[in-house]
Amino acid sequence: METYLFDGTLEGLLTSVFYFYQRKTKSIKLVSKEHYLPDVFNNCFTVVSEDEKARRVWNGLKKKLGKEWMLHFYKAFLSEQPDIFQDLFEFARYIIDNAEGAEENYGNKYVLAISQMSHKVHREKHRMEAFIRFQKTSDDIFYAHIEPDYNVLPLLIEHFQNRYADQKWIIYDLKRKYGLFYDLDKVEEIAFDFSSEMSSNLNALPEQFLDPQEELYSVLWKDYFRSTNIPSRKNMKLHIRHVPRRYWKYLSEKQG
Amino acid sequence: MFDRIREKLGILADAAKYDVSCSSSGSNRKNENKGLGDAHGTGICHTYTEDGRCVSLLKILLTNHCIFDCAFCVSRRSNDIKRAAFTVEEVVELTMNFYRRNYIEGLFLSSGIFKNADYTMERLVRIVKKLRNEERFNGYIHLKTIPGASEELLKEAGLYADRMSINLEMPTETGLKLLAPEKSHAEVKKPLQYIQESITQFSDEKALIKSVPKFVPAGQSTQIVIGATPDTDQEIMHTANAFYKSFSLKRVYYSGYIPISYDERLPIIGTQPPLIRENRLYQADWLLRFYGFNVQEILNDTYPNLEVDVDPKLSWALRNLDQFPVDVNTADYRMILRVPGIGVASALKIVQARKFGRLYQDNLKKIGLSFNKAKHFIRYADSPVQLKDHEAGHIKGVILADGQSKYLKNPFNQLSLF
Repeated sequence: METYLFDGTLEGLLTSVFYFYQRKTKSIKLVSKEHYLPDVFNNCFTVVSEDEKARRVWNGLKKKLGKEWMLHFYKAFLSEQPDIFQDLFEFARYIIDNAEGAEENYGNKYVLAISQMSHKVHREKHRMEAFIRFQKTSDDIFYAHIEPDYNVLPLLIEHFQNRYADQKWIIYDLKRKYGLFYDLDKVEEIAFDFSSEMSSNLNALPEQFLDPQEELYSVLWKDYFRSTNIPSRKNMKLHIRHVPRRYWKYLSEKQG
Repeated sequence: MFDRIREKLGILADAAKYDVSCSSSGSNRKNENKGLGDAHGTGICHTYTEDGRCVSLLKILLTNHCIFDCAFCVSRRSNDIKRAAFTVEEVVELTMNFYRRNYIEGLFLSSGIFKNADYTMERLVRIVKKLRNEERFNGYIHLKTIPGASEELLKEAGLYADRMSINLEMPTETGLKLLAPEKSHAEVKKPLQYIQESITQFSDEKALIKSVPKFVPAGQSTQIVIGATPDTDQEIMHTANAFYKSFSLKRVYYSGYIPISYDERLPIIGTQPPLIRENRLYQADWLLRFYGFNVQEILNDTYPNLEVDVDPKLSWALRNLDQFPVDVNTADYRMILRVPGIGVASALKIVQARKFGRLYQDNLKKIGLSFNKAKHFIRYADSPVQLKDHEAGHIKGVILADGQSKYLKNPFNQLSLF
């Protein structure tokens, strides 16, 4: 078995699929540079990402897979999980080598792996759509930062742009150190240096940066959350199933 | 100012919370005017209360002043509580500012009846109109239909709301008459019918002329209170089923009665709300809407109440063992859907996957069905040879022992009310 070493990008992964067929390799182990440990028993082939080769593989997949499955492929990739690269590679091979419709075979290990990972990423995306809490700054920007389990920012653009079309907003991923900025016209990728004391808790913006009304609405929201609860129905097990503890930090209504 | 708005929100959110619907799904309203908000087809729960209920909308009453005296309602005329009323501007400001911070999907606006039905409905319409026309708000709006309001007002409301609802309250007319002599099921049916007809009319016209506006695009719903009156599950579900059929309702909500009064016609304060019964009714409701069951199969004169210790699908299967085992490699989708432990998603995966080859235990487990429950009711490529048929009591025992945490933890602390 040969090891293919790639740069961890989607382009690199697709280029690897291209080389696999071009070089007529039998079976490979696909590893990203980030996770690579040199291994004396296996040959190692370093894949250089190439736009053109990647595009050919992508279009090849597109011919066989519908829009929904192309999105599953992309979402599974955004999970950034070390094992998913191999799964995506094997899935691509399975689709290319078989007649149309092969993606419906949930008895196939890779079909199932991609479908399940895509759902996990989708769930994380949905959680961000639900749990992000903006704070309004004194210069009229609605700001929120997040630390999602998966790299879901690219999946959030459409939702937030459609919804908050008449206000400027920033969503910043502290873990991956980049964010989205909507300027009333378009969404741009941004990166900035935080001072080291930036806390990952919500409501983290220091008071002097906030709009004067921000406090009123965050208090009213907390009040509302408390009033709408029915104590005699308390069911913490169900509560935690819906909002696992690691998401509590996003929810301003659950802070102090 | 700060304190006054906090107090109002406290009173009017507290009074609105017994309406359990918090759905924000089913609308297709798009942000086409570069305003604020865009409907999310399947809805979003922005947070959950400690009782595990979804919080999706800002759910408030315009006022809790009310001319009626319904025994089950916390805002009833004779109840000695603090009263408050929002202004139109206050509701609009709260909605806009909560929405901008991604706290909510929209507004759920209800009200006590002050003066008369039309006067109240007119105030509600004024708020939603301002949100849509002046603030260019495209978020979700759930508006309560006030019984007795004129058809002109209902029609106007429907142009701005995504969903409208009016509550049946008690599952039977006798129950309602007992607790709310001033109300009747007939006055709920009339507006449901009128709005349903208007929805059909608008969508027929829209098919021909694109510029026809949306009218209640997320449809109508209603709520039935459970456990305030001695009705059986059969009566409740048959009523719900009839309302689904007659008015094409999107949802019927079942709300376990939470004692809020010392009225002797009702369970006393401190009685546990019937949460498990409520859960079983929702499961039965799902069987009707997504699993192709007929209400008669689940609840009938022989079985007038749902079992507490097992869910209604398992309960049905145990009563109908002659229809099992189902061979997942050959059976109809319809029948696979009826297997306890197999949901809609797993059933679809099974019928897709088996086109590529016979399914084994290993495949089934990975597909994600609840195998330990389903295994008693299915055959698959490598199912073990079974020497004798097991009887229902035995299977139930095995499943209950298996799933202890889920089924046996709570049922016995729920007291029977009657």
